[in-house]
Amino acid sequence: MPGAKSATDQKAMELGEKEAMDEMEKKVQKYSRGQAANLGALRDKKLKGQLAAREKLYGHSAKAAAQAEKWFMPTERGYLEPEGLEKTYRFQQDSIVQEVDILSSRKAFDMILPLLGPYTIGYTKNGRYMLVGGRKGHLAMMDMLNMELIKEFQVRETVRDVAFLHNEQLFAVAQKKYAYIYDRDGKEIHCIKEHGKSLKLQFLEKHFLLASINSFGQLHYQDISTGEMVANIRTGLGRTDVMRVNPYNAVIGLGHAGGKVTMWKPTCVKPLVTMLCHHGPVTAIAFDRSGHLMATAGVDRKIKLWDLRKYEVINSYAARAESLDFSQKGLLACSNGSQLEIFRDTGGQDYKIYMKHRMVKGYQVGTVLFRPYEDILGIGHSMGLSSILVPGSGEPNFDTFVENPIETSKQRREKEVQSLLSKLQPETIMLNPNMIATVRPSRKKEKKTKKEIEDEVEDVVEAAKNTEMKKKTKGRSKASKRAKKREEEVLKAKRQLMEQYKESDGRPEKKQRVSDEVELPKALQRFAKSRQ
Amino acid sequence: MIILVADTDNIYLTFCSQQKVFRNYDPALRTQEKAVEYTRALNAAKLEKIFAKPFIGAMDGHIDAISCMAKNPNYLKAIFSGSMDGDIRLWDIAARKTVCQFPGHQGAVRGLATSTDGDLLVSCGVDCTVRMWKVPMLKMVDTNDAIGDASQPSAIYTWKHAFWGVDHQWDGNLFATVGAQVDVWDQNRSEPVSSFEWGKDTVLSVRFNPGEPDVLITSASDRSITLYDLRMSSPARKLIMKTRCNSICWNPREPMNFTAANEDTNCYSFDARKLDEARVVHKGHVSAVMDIDYSPTGREFVTGSYDRTIRIFQYNGDHSREIYHTKRMQRVFCVKYTYDGTYLVSGSDDTNLRLWKSKASEQLGVLLPRERRKQEYLDAVKERYKHLPEVKRIVRHRHLPKPIYKAANLRRTIIEAENRKEERRRAHRAPGSMPEQPFRKRRIIKEIE
Repeated sequence: MPGAKSATDQKAMELGEKEAMDEMEKKVQKYSRGQAANLGALRDKKLKGQLAAREKLYGHSAKAAAQAEKWFMPTERGYLEPEGLEKTYRFQQDSIVQEVDILSSRKAFDMILPLLGPYTIGYTKNGRYMLVGGRKGHLAMMDMLNMELIKEFQVRETVRDVAFLHNEQLFAVAQKKYAYIYDRDGKEIHCIKEHGKSLKLQFLEKHFLLASINSFGQLHYQDISTGEMVANIRTGLGRTDVMRVNPYNAVIGLGHAGGKVTMWKPTCVKPLVTMLCHHGPVTAIAFDRSGHLMATAGVDRKIKLWDLRKYEVINSYAARAESLDFSQKGLLACSNGSQLEIFRDTGGQDYKIYMKHRMVKGYQVGTVLFRPYEDILGIGHSMGLSSILVPGSGEPNFDTFVENPIETSKQRREKEVQSLLSKLQPETIMLNPNMIATVRPSRKKEKKTKKEIEDEVEDVVEAAKNTEMKKKTKGRSKASKRAKKREEEVLKAKRQLMEQYKESDGRPEKKQRVSDEVELPKALQRFAKSRQ
Repeated sequence: MIILVADTDNIYLTFCSQQKVFRNYDPALRTQEKAVEYTRALNAAKLEKIFAKPFIGAMDGHIDAISCMAKNPNYLKAIFSGSMDGDIRLWDIAARKTVCQFPGHQGAVRGLATSTDGDLLVSCGVDCTVRMWKVPMLKMVDTNDAIGDASQPSAIYTWKHAFWGVDHQWDGNLFATVGAQVDVWDQNRSEPVSSFEWGKDTVLSVRFNPGEPDVLITSASDRSITLYDLRMSSPARKLIMKTRCNSICWNPREPMNFTAANEDTNCYSFDARKLDEARVVHKGHVSAVMDIDYSPTGREFVTGSYDRTIRIFQYNGDHSREIYHTKRMQRVFCVKYTYDGTYLVSGSDDTNLRLWKSKASEQLGVLLPRERRKQEYLDAVKERYKHLPEVKRIVRHRHLPKPIYKAANLRRTIIEAENRKEERRRAHRAPGSMPEQPFRKRRIIKEIE
């Protein structure tokens, strides 16, 4: 009968609804940005009312964002699902490319550039433009959306690293002696001598800071909007070319030859954190976008995953890696010789191998970088560059006002102006970026109440009374002497405690006053101040 | 195997002339949000100070100090002002010119009030007369026609004593004048309908309640505030304070609350049902507060003081949100908020009426929706980070004229010294023998039924 519903059907419906509610709760949690404040402890009614109204608004906005995510996202995340006994890492690129649609299959390519040395690559933040630098001085910038070459030129010098600045109009190149900044048309705009012989370049886009590490182990931060050198830090740990910026809090992580990983911010001369990660030199380092995970690889044939909240190892894999990168969705790519492995989180920080790729003809891989907002991994190797499809690695839905892969020149100009207006000062870089605008906890130590002090004194006295007295021989242990000794012990213990409390109380001991009575003449001595 | 690669190309292919906006509210896409918001709050605070130009213009024409003003509920851009030499003028605020003059009073004009329908203007003065005028329809003012035509009063009522203030009922035909006693008049009668008296002192100001048309409040020179109900034959309640109140204004949105501008430089907000304790004490001025007016939103009010400044307070705030001053503005005797809440008009000793913006950095005129949203965002982000020292320093900063600054410092030291002495006295007495009195009660002597 259409009207009557069986009990099991209803139960199923309820379960389905409950699941939907739970999912919604989780989504709302994601947008909530932390726990709601505990207003029960407040006694100020006016403030309590104002804060309660505000918390309610936050709840509404989190819910609206969760609903928008559920209904309005235009694209779904990519996936590679095995059927039956298949394993995902058995699938080669050719088979993947055959199965996907034609537009996506065009994104996977191999470019053979045999003459000009191992290549490094860099992407803009919106994933549209790619910059390619060959060791022997070959620089090229490509628009990946239309697959066209924008500019290609030779600098005739060793190129060690390339990095885009805030958009595709400017990029920085670490050349043989100095770092240079070029325009989109290949014009040399700046030659920055202060950085010296830089080995790696990273750009912090919210702060407009170009960070570089040079062959002496000096870390330079330069503000490229004003040109001012913000910091020049001598790390003191020697030459290193392992440098990465943590996108969550804009802290620079360096890997050193002794197995140490240090984290730096421009306003501090000493590292924020020093961790001993490996038994030998660190070869690669990568930070997850969420700020919780760090992957490090060392010469000791280990890849370790670190939790950055507790600074502890989550997982350790026996593998070598010359270069590591995290994708937007948390996939980890590591390259080793001509072999590439991509790991995926299968829940609970447990990374398992997801895909494998071997470079044709044994080309040695130099850099791996995931392309933002696309399911693509860019590889720079000894004979050129290639790009492979990695389903599920990129964030499928971009936000026009954050990073826009299809921006027009008007939008680009507007974004540049807006980001310059809200350029962050280098002082705002800190390990926990949510600490801004929080209240510093008061430094006052809690004063012990009188009762607590008395209890403590009693305990100490008890302990002192019960100490074992050494029994002396040859008639030296008289009862009276022993009793005196015991009393002295108790007094000593008490005195120590009292001194401690007096110190914290802040009342200094009254000094003994020299008596004036001797100085006054005899007739006036009876008028001298009488002292107790 | 099943493969899907994120299919973003269908979005890319729609290259139309107007770019489509895609949103993804994921917090993972937005790193260092708080730092960005803080930077924006700082920039917004600085920009607010750059754009803070509250003074719009002065209207001159009077030849003696301005003693009272009245607003017209039907015309937003009209204001009446009366001066100490008997000259009453109707001003067009937009053009800042006199539309019409109402000569006739022989001495100072002490009170002006308009009737609820806006047709009638009542004025009273020290020459013991009450004059009623018909308000002309405000046409487009011709700039050549500077002075305007004078009007004849529609009625002149002479009475026994000089008047100190007048107010018209919000919802009726009665108006009340105060002087030696409180007289309630009808528009058509030449004698007061009823009179009230409590004590032999001059009554200085009167206000009708916007919510209850029959309730009115007066302040007298015997330091009292008296509540009257016209339906009863005698005054209802009296509150005696330590210093006298120069002016009182009811909150138009919460008609049971009123704020009194006191001679001891503070303003006291009371709940008319519970007069034994002030609800809020608004401190800030360094000299007697002469006049007070509420904004039509009921959320803030403006006070004009003898110390040549105007302050804007929140209805529940104990310190002023804003202070306006000019070198040329001398003792402020009356202030009014316009009926749209955007402007203030102040009348002062230097014979000028001055027009100010109520929000100093506000952009006037019609805002595009995008501009409005941006302004709202900046206000919200400033509000969120206003407790941080950098932002607070900028938001709080106001330039004060040197005499005011010094006087304020002096007051502060005096008050702190008094407080310290109080504390020490209390500490050296038996605990409980000297009860703490909240400041809200301190200036009240007693309440009488």
